[in-house]
Amino acid sequence: MAHISVQVEDFDLGAEYRRLCGDAPGAGAVVTFCGLVREFYDADGSEEVRELRLEHYPGMTEKCILDIVGQAERRWDLLAVRVIHRVGALRPGDQIVFAGVAGRHRGEAFEAANFIMDYLKSEAPFWKKQFTGSGSEWVSTRESDRQALLRWVRPDRRSRREA
Amino acid sequence: MLLIHYFAGVREAVGRDGDRIEFPGNVATVADLIRHLRMSDNRFERMMSEQEQVLVAVNQAVTGQEGAVADGDEIAFFPPMSGG
Repeated sequence: MAHISVQVEDFDLGAEYRRLCGDAPGAGAVVTFCGLVREFYDADGSEEVRELRLEHYPGMTEKCILDIVGQAERRWDLLAVRVIHRVGALRPGDQIVFAGVAGRHRGEAFEAANFIMDYLKSEAPFWKKQFTGSGSEWVSTRESDRQALLRWVRPDRRSRREA
Repeated sequence: MLLIHYFAGVREAVGRDGDRIEFPGNVATVADLIRHLRMSDNRFERMMSEQEQVLVAVNQAVTGQEGAVADGDEIAFFPPMSGG
């Protein structure tokens, strides 16, 4: 069972956790991840962020997130998944993204939550613009985020060869 | 008819969030469409030469230069995503 939402409104971590548990009777592990807006986005940490504005591609965003969740569900035995991504104007410390996974065991729940976050970062059509005291700029995809995706590719290739 | 969307830095560079254009007869792929827009639209041309990387989606799926484009499609141009 998967639930996704792209929304301006904030979310309640406790309520999301309870919904995950409700959607997944028999779960032995629930992993919840909550991403917050950082105070500094530039590499040297010199410019304090006053506001982050997020835009997305309505329609494609939801399709991409469902696709990412579908990939996770095929890869691991999951009982329930919830993903929330906020858009609009946010401030440092605000909750920006939620990924929750319920499974039978903690290993697959942790892995799947990590997988979903890695793909959300660079495969779903969201764009961040940061506003500092001296102006504004679009946040570019970080090399570390691109690298993070690569680690999910190899085990698949290996298992195909073994099969 | 083609429905074209521009997002984020691409939108700012083009100066508008989208276009609706008659389907150009000589277009069959993404590469053809980009060539057509670069020739017919100064701001699109400037955007393409200034942006470090521009991604294209056809009917809400990211595709490469060789991707097919047909009358009625929804096209989007945008920079690399930065979610999460």
